[in-house]
Amino acid sequence: MYDEYSNETMLDIYVFETEQLLEQLEQLMLNCEKETGFTSEAIDEIFRIMHTIKGSSAMMMFNDISNLAHSMEDLFYCLRNGKNEIADNSFISDLVFEGIDFIKEEIEKIKNGISADGNPTALIEKIKIFIKDLQNDVQFPDPGIKKAIVETTGSIAQDTYKSNPEDGRAPPKHAFKAVLHFEEGCEMENIRAYSVVHNLKDITSDLFHIPENIIDNDSSKDIKQNGFHMCFTTDLGYGEIQEVLMQTIFLRELILEEIDKEEMERISKNKSKPYLVSESDEKPGIHGEKLNNPGTQKSKTERETPLSSGHQNILSVDVAKLDRLMDLVGEMVIAEAMVIQNPDLAGMELTNFQKAAQRLDKITKEIQDMVMSIRMVSLTATFQKMNRIVRDMCKKLDKEAKLVIIGEETEVDKNVIEHISDPLMHLVRNALDHGIESAEEREAAGKPRYGTITLEAKSSGSDVLITVRDDGKGLEREKILNKAREKGLISKSDSDLTDREIYNLILLPGFSTKDNVTEFSGRGVGMDVVARNIETIGGSVIVDSAPKSGTTITLKIPLTLAIVDGMNIRVGKSLFTLPTISIKESFRPKAGDTFTDPEGNEMIMVRGNCYPILRLHQYYNIVTNVTDFTEGIIIMVEHDEKTLCIFADELVGQQQIVVKSLPRYIRDFKKTKGLAGCTLLGDGNISLILDIGGLIYGWNDG
Amino acid sequence: MADIIENTAELEEDTLKGRYLTFYIGNESYGIEVRYVTEIIGMQAITEIPELPEYVKGIINLRGKIIPVMDVRLRFRKESKEYNDRTCIIVIDIRDISIGLIVDTVSEVITIPEQDIVEPPKMNKNFSNRYVKNIGKVGNDVKLLLDCEKLLTDDEIENLSEVL
Repeated sequence: MYDEYSNETMLDIYVFETEQLLEQLEQLMLNCEKETGFTSEAIDEIFRIMHTIKGSSAMMMFNDISNLAHSMEDLFYCLRNGKNEIADNSFISDLVFEGIDFIKEEIEKIKNGISADGNPTALIEKIKIFIKDLQNDVQFPDPGIKKAIVETTGSIAQDTYKSNPEDGRAPPKHAFKAVLHFEEGCEMENIRAYSVVHNLKDITSDLFHIPENIIDNDSSKDIKQNGFHMCFTTDLGYGEIQEVLMQTIFLRELILEEIDKEEMERISKNKSKPYLVSESDEKPGIHGEKLNNPGTQKSKTERETPLSSGHQNILSVDVAKLDRLMDLVGEMVIAEAMVIQNPDLAGMELTNFQKAAQRLDKITKEIQDMVMSIRMVSLTATFQKMNRIVRDMCKKLDKEAKLVIIGEETEVDKNVIEHISDPLMHLVRNALDHGIESAEEREAAGKPRYGTITLEAKSSGSDVLITVRDDGKGLEREKILNKAREKGLISKSDSDLTDREIYNLILLPGFSTKDNVTEFSGRGVGMDVVARNIETIGGSVIVDSAPKSGTTITLKIPLTLAIVDGMNIRVGKSLFTLPTISIKESFRPKAGDTFTDPEGNEMIMVRGNCYPILRLHQYYNIVTNVTDFTEGIIIMVEHDEKTLCIFADELVGQQQIVVKSLPRYIRDFKKTKGLAGCTLLGDGNISLILDIGGLIYGWNDG
Repeated sequence: MADIIENTAELEEDTLKGRYLTFYIGNESYGIEVRYVTEIIGMQAITEIPELPEYVKGIINLRGKIIPVMDVRLRFRKESKEYNDRTCIIVIDIRDISIGLIVDTVSEVITIPEQDIVEPPKMNKNFSNRYVKNIGKVGNDVKLLLDCEKLLTDDEIENLSEVL
């Protein structure tokens, strides 16, 4: 049991972290794009993210990802030093998005157990060229910055281990020689050495090191034996350099000494031979120089704290564990009911037991609520993803549109999120592709150039309503009608169909085929897939549209899938459960309220409205004595704004039920109409959960 | 670690090999391979599910797990019989499907060596022995060894042909 849940490997954590960072990054980029410019905070943040990805990828030996992250980091380093005014922002975003996509793809591969074999070289080249352009375009106020950039760019190729001296730059004040020994058993010495080099890169020049190649794992052994040797020149003093180096993790021993230029030259010439630090008596020179570039200083401190402390209070948990926990809580709710409603206790005066039972009941309810709330996730991430889609689609389709997000903080069950992510994406795509017109058309129609797609979420009772609204041209009623008729999807006459019914036709399977995407300008591809996806989680889709002013698609989704309030009813010896939310009212009809039409359909008149009656015992062929309406009970249920009256023997009681699906063997028969699943009752009996939607539609068809 | 688990699994497999749980339906004695059997329980309250074939009696609550039950008697197109205290449900597990088989009475677990197992006679296709995989000889008795998978999967084929 324990083993099952403790198999989160380093890799899992890496994948999880990187995905989160990428999401964050994407979000940042989109914000920056909207504000048409990178704020310095944003640049710092992006820089930090790229740095973290680079570090962890290198740690996990995904060098391609690491290299790419590195070059992006360089790019933002460049921007940070005041180059963002002159840079082509949209080009940068494209570059970064391309990078994000690449890393995402790789991560996906890693997740699926395939080796991450993508090659980012082309992209890295592109970034490098862009950085060069930036540098050439700009008169650097401070040669130090340019210096740093050249160095960082140089190191992308990673075979360049030595930074090029920069012309026209004042010679650095000090030269140092350092030998680092890592603690035994810290492993991955080469990566640690690499990070040391990386930390120094921005504040030093003429850096070279032995072993030369620290990317290969083979160098680890060398470093382990002989230590990691470095020589560099810098403007910083002895103390500062020492401080930087001392921050290296797992550092066992540091020997740092100042050397003169000649020594430096000599060493650099013999650099291929390993050497030991000479016992020279050179003492640290003059310290006290300040950093020549405050930006660099900042970058250094940031790098030391890759993840801010705000994350400490958040724990990431495997969803499988939560699922199991919820199952267990479900079992507990049932067990509790079994104890409290135990038939052995019937008729006994048990004051203390009742008190204890009430307390137990309260605690179980609280646990249940808590478990549910743990599983609740805000829609923010799902909604924010759409930003990216809108952006990309706009570029591709050459349309102008903006996405307005309302109520993204609405929370739904984790399972639900998984199911609505794809449908939502589909709807947004459709809205942009088919709904929003081109800027010219829009202007001609007297609308603002910018199309608006509104993504809104709000809670309503136990449902969450998610609407995707566009202000495009709307659905074309006639075309839909013709198409539906052509495909034989409607049998009623035109006059019988309400607008809403017509628009909802597009949700029918078979309505859309590939070829009508182009010739038919309404919503098309795979709306039936959207509808089906939403239906599997017990939700529904409503389409509404007004010609020329846009289309609204509403997804009605249950807050949670697992535990619902249910009303138990009895028919003969069988027990059924109806979701309480769909019940409008229940009553015992008086004789004369009901009537039968010539075809034998029974109906009832309630407050001036006429509703069909479904006799459950007839529908399911159950033997019961109660066949007269005046002896049983009528339960009025509603689904999708359609109402049905169900006739049953009696109401048994209301209870929180844990929805369980029917065994696969039973489901495979596909004959059980109108059943949504089953649940265990307090006494251990099984009750079948009725699927109101299925009953209403299935019954009408039959 | 993994090796050990594998070994134990093999061992388990070995000890179960050639062992059959026998039960009676009417006068015939049947056997099913022990490795399929999870447990044997007494008769339970069965919740009927409408619109299913007659032999699928419904679902039962097995300690919080909901499993379907099938009346083997009806599956073999024999007359139904009133359940009594000897009626048992054999819970079997095949390809991740748990299902209960209602049988008249369970008798014992026996080992039938391979040489005592023969194939059922092959006759024309109307000769209905599709559920019987083999026939085992035990002393003077004959045990009909069932093909559990057929017991389950044949339904779908039937269903399909009905639909068509």
